[in-house]
Amino acid sequence: MKYIIIGNSTAAVGAVEGIRSIDKKGDIDLFSSEEYHTYSRPLISYLLCGKTDMEKMKYRPDDFYVKNNVKTHFSLPVEKIDALNKTIYAGGETFSYDKLMVACGSRPFIPPAEGLSDINYYTFGSLNDALKLQDNINKESKVLIVGAGLIGLKCAEGIFGKVKSITIVDMTDRVLSSVLDKEASDIVKEHLKKYDFNFYLSRFVKKYSPNTATLDDDTVIPFDVLIIAVGVRPNIELVKDAAGKTERGIWVDERGETSLKDVYAAGDCVMSYDITTDSERILALLPNAYSGGYNAGVNMAGGNEKNDCCMPMNSIGFMGLHIITAGSLVGQKIIDYNGGYKKLVVKDGCLNGFILVGNVERAGIYTRLIREKIPLISLDFDKLKIHPCLASFNENERQRILGEEV
Amino acid sequence: MINYINPQYEVERDADRCIKCRVCERQCANLVHLYNEEADKMISYSEKCVCCHRCVSLCPTRALKIVKSNNTFKENANWSDQAMREIYIQAESGGVLLSSMGNPQPFPVYWDKMLINASQVTNPSIDPLREPMETKVYLGKKAEETVRDENGNLVCNTPVQLELSTPIMFSAMSYGSISYNAHASLARAAKELKIYYNTGEGGLHEDFYEFGANTIVQVASGRFGVYKDYLEAGAAIEIKMGQGAKPGIGGHLPGEKIVGDVSKTRMIPKGTDAISPAPHHDIYSIEDLRQLVYSLKEATAYKKPVIVKIAAVHNVAAIASGIARSGADIIAIDGFRGGTGAAPTRIRNEVGIPIELALASVDQRLREEGIRNEVSLVVGGSIRNSGDIVKAIALGADAVYIASGALIAMGCHLCRSCHTGKCNWGIATQIPELVKRLNPDVASRRLVNLISAWTHEIKEMMGGMGINSIEALRGNRLMLRGIGLTDKELKILGIKHAGE
Amino acid sequence: MKRVYADEKWCLGCKLCEYNCAFANTNQPDMAVALKNTEIVPRIKVEETGKINFAVSCRHCKNPICIQSCITGALYKENGVVMMDKNKCVNCLTCVLVCPYGAIVEDSGGSVFKCELCIKNICKEPACVKGCPNKALLFEER
Repeated sequence: MKYIIIGNSTAAVGAVEGIRSIDKKGDIDLFSSEEYHTYSRPLISYLLCGKTDMEKMKYRPDDFYVKNNVKTHFSLPVEKIDALNKTIYAGGETFSYDKLMVACGSRPFIPPAEGLSDINYYTFGSLNDALKLQDNINKESKVLIVGAGLIGLKCAEGIFGKVKSITIVDMTDRVLSSVLDKEASDIVKEHLKKYDFNFYLSRFVKKYSPNTATLDDDTVIPFDVLIIAVGVRPNIELVKDAAGKTERGIWVDERGETSLKDVYAAGDCVMSYDITTDSERILALLPNAYSGGYNAGVNMAGGNEKNDCCMPMNSIGFMGLHIITAGSLVGQKIIDYNGGYKKLVVKDGCLNGFILVGNVERAGIYTRLIREKIPLISLDFDKLKIHPCLASFNENERQRILGEEV
Repeated sequence: MINYINPQYEVERDADRCIKCRVCERQCANLVHLYNEEADKMISYSEKCVCCHRCVSLCPTRALKIVKSNNTFKENANWSDQAMREIYIQAESGGVLLSSMGNPQPFPVYWDKMLINASQVTNPSIDPLREPMETKVYLGKKAEETVRDENGNLVCNTPVQLELSTPIMFSAMSYGSISYNAHASLARAAKELKIYYNTGEGGLHEDFYEFGANTIVQVASGRFGVYKDYLEAGAAIEIKMGQGAKPGIGGHLPGEKIVGDVSKTRMIPKGTDAISPAPHHDIYSIEDLRQLVYSLKEATAYKKPVIVKIAAVHNVAAIASGIARSGADIIAIDGFRGGTGAAPTRIRNEVGIPIELALASVDQRLREEGIRNEVSLVVGGSIRNSGDIVKAIALGADAVYIASGALIAMGCHLCRSCHTGKCNWGIATQIPELVKRLNPDVASRRLVNLISAWTHEIKEMMGGMGINSIEALRGNRLMLRGIGLTDKELKILGIKHAGE
Repeated sequence: MKRVYADEKWCLGCKLCEYNCAFANTNQPDMAVALKNTEIVPRIKVEETGKINFAVSCRHCKNPICIQSCITGALYKENGVVMMDKNKCVNCLTCVLVCPYGAIVEDSGGSVFKCELCIKNICKEPACVKGCPNKALLFEER
C-alpha cells in the first residue's frame, strides 16, 4: 500500500499515527511546503514570549519519521492532484498513491482595504510568520493588530513586554467574538486592559498608509508594525481543482474521505459535522485536526473509524486568565459566578455548550456531557452546576466509568 | 448540673509534624478533632476522646498520640480515680454504669502463672517444619466402645462431630452488636481456615447462609432470629445459657440499633428494644435443658451437634456435669474476662470466675464422673495468644473460643466504648458510614493471618514437648507447671509447681 | 494493563490518597517536612456525594483524548501509561478541556500534571493505593 500525505502538521501527524496503528509496512510519503520538522502551530505565540523554543515546539520527537517509516519531502509544495490516475504533482515530479491524505490546513485571510497592498504587514499563522515578526519588533515598536480573535490576542500576548505598545482593532463589539458572549468577553477585555493593551472595538480600518491606519470614525492610529489577524481561510484548492466537492472547506464524509475516491482530508481545510449545532462547519481546532487525521489514517489503512463527536472547543489563556469554551451557545442559559464566570447552555435536556472564565478546573467533565449527550435528568445537575464532578453521575454510571477499563 | 468528670485522655499533637490534612477530623466519629479555619489550626477536644486510636493509626505523619491525662484527684489508695469517676457519672445520670469488652480489673491471669514444658535429651522434640504435626480436632460426643459387626468390621458409631483444622473458633457475637462487615469478615475467615464462627443471638443475615458449613447458630433466651432454616443453616447449634462478661443477666440491644437488616435478621420490628431475658423461661432444671437440646436435635434430624454455653461461675463443675448428662455434645465455658458489646459495669467487673480455674475443675469433675467423653469442652473468655491456647488444651479443653482477639485482629483497639455504637473501626456499630470502614477483604485477611500464625506457634510448642498431635496434648497437665501459685490454686488447676 | 480502580463501596473519604499522592510526588523522605504549610495539589481527587465518596485519577484510557488534543506533544503514552513531559507543556489546558474524568490538574508552576502511576517518583507503585486504609483503591488488571 502506498500512502501520500500532503501536509506536516497536526492532521498529517494524526494520519501517520492512524495508518501505522494498522499498517506497519506500507510506504508513506509526506509532502510539506515548509522546511521544518513537524511543529505545533498554536505554539508560535509561546515561542515569541519565550515559553517554548524551537526544540520544544516539535510536535513529535526527532525520530518520529524514522520510527514511523515516513519518507519526508520538505519544502516541496504539492501543485496538483490527479484523482483519476491516483497521482500528485510536486516540484515537476509525479508521485502515485493508493490512498491520499490532504491535510494542507489554512492560510491567513487578508480583507481588502485601501492602501494595504502598498505597505508592509505581517500575518500570524506559521513558524516563519512568527520568526519574521520576531526579527522586526523591538522595545520601541508600536504594534497594531487587526483582529481581536484567538490569533490576534495570542499574538498580542506573545509580543507583550517586547514592544512599546499594542493596539488592537476589531470590527465586532468584543474580543474573542467567535467563542465568547459579551459578558465573558468584557471580563477578558478588562483583564487585558490591565496590561495596557489598547482596544478599538466596533471599528475597522478604512485606510492604511505607511505607519498609520485610519479607522472608520477617522481615528488615526500610528504604528511601526502591522499584524493582520482577522481569520483564516481553508486551503481547498488542491481538492477543488481535482473536481472534489468543496464548500467553504473541503467536504468529507464521517470517515474523512472526500468526494474523490481514496482521497481523504482532515484538519483546518475540511468541514466537520458539529454535533452541537447540527451543521457542517469548519472547526479549525487542534484536537479536531488530530482526531480527524488519525481516524482518516485508520480508514486509509482499512480500518473503520468515524468522526462523530466533533464540536467547537477552545482552551486559551491570556496573561494568566484561563478561558475554556465548548459547544454552542444556542439554548437555555444557566449562569453562575462561582469563582469566575460560568455559563452553561442546555438544549433538549442535554448540556450543549459552556463558557468558563477563570476557574476552569475539571472542565472536561462538562465537555463529556456535551460529547456523549448525557441527559441531565439522569444526573445531579444542581451539584454539577457548581462544580464539574463525577459524583453528580448516578451510581451505575459511576461504577461503569470508574470500574472498567476505558 | 456541673460536669465533674475530667477527660481521661489527652490528644497530643506534634505541631511540627501536623500538616493539617484533617484525616483525623474526618475519621473521628466522636468529633474530637476539628479544624479551626480562623486559627488555621487543628483543635482537639480531648474530653470526647475514647482512646480508640483511629486517628493515631491513620495520621499520615504520625503527628498524634493519645496520653493518659495527668490531671489528678488527691491521691487516695482507697478512693481511686476510677471509683470517684463512677460515682460522679451515676450521681449525674442516676443510671446503671455500662461498660464494654472484657473485665479490665487487675485480677490474676492464671495463664500467666503457668509455664509449658519442653523435651530435652530423653524424649526428643519434633521439628514441625520437617515432620507432620496434627492440629485437627473433632468436637462432639465420643463413642463409648469400639463395636464390630459379625464379620469383624468396625461399625461406625461415632456421633456427629464438628471438624476443626485448628482448635480455635470465633465465639458468639451477634449481628447488631457487631456490624455486617464484621460478620462477613468472620464468616469468610472461618471458611478459609476450615473452622467456625458463631452468629450470637442476632439471627443469621440472609447473605451469610452460604457460609453455613462454617457457622454455629445460637439459640439464646430471646430466641431472636430462630426458625427452621436458621437451625438447618449452621453446622452446629449453640444454646446460650450465660455469658462470661455478664453471668446471670440477659441482654439488651437498644431500639436505636434495631435498624434495617438487623431488625429483619432478628425478626423483630424496627426500633423495638431487643431484650434477652436473664434466664430461658422454659429452662429451670437440667431436665428442661435436656428438652431444649433434644427439641433442637429433633428439628435438625440429629445431624448437628448441640453446644451449651455457660458462664464460668462458682459451681461450674456441677453445672457442667449436669449439662453433660442433658444430651449436649459440647460444653462451652466463658470466663469472667470474656468480652461484651455492653454490660452493666458492676456485673462485668465483679461476677464470675477465671476460666483457667473453671476449665480445670470441670475437666476434673467430668473425668471423675466418667463422662468426659460424653462431651467436648470449649473455653473462652480472653484467650490472648497461642500460649494461652496450648495451656487451655493441656488443662483439658478440646478447643478455644476467641472473640476479643478476633476483633483486635480486625482493628479493635479495646477502647471499650462499644455501647456507644460509634465504633470508629466499623466493628461495633450500625452507622453505615462507620460500618464501611471495615472492608472484609482486609479484615478477613487479618483474621486468617492471625489464626494461621497461632497455629504455627501451637505446632512449635507441641513439637517442643515432643507431641505431634493436639489430641495428645489435651488434658496433659504434666506439660504445665505453676509459678507463684498457692497450693490451693495448684490443686484446683491440677498442676505441679515449677521445679517440682 | 494494571490501573488504579476506585471502589466507592469502601471509600471513607479520608483523603489519605490525596496526601500520599502529593507526598510521593515531592520525592522527599518525610511527609511532615514535604507537605508542611503547603496547599497540596494532588493527582487524585476524592469526590463526595451525600455519604458516598470515591477517588478519581487518570484512567489511562486506551485511546486517550488528552494525548490526541495536546497541542505540544507533552502528553504521551509509554507502555500504556499516559505520561506528561512537564518541560514541553505550556499550560494551555486543552487537556483539562477534554479529559472526561477531570483528572488533569493545573499546577502553580505553569504546567499541568496528572497521575503517572508513580512510575517517575520514588514510590514506584501507586502511593494512593499503597496508603489506602480500606482497599477502596486497587491497582490491578481488569
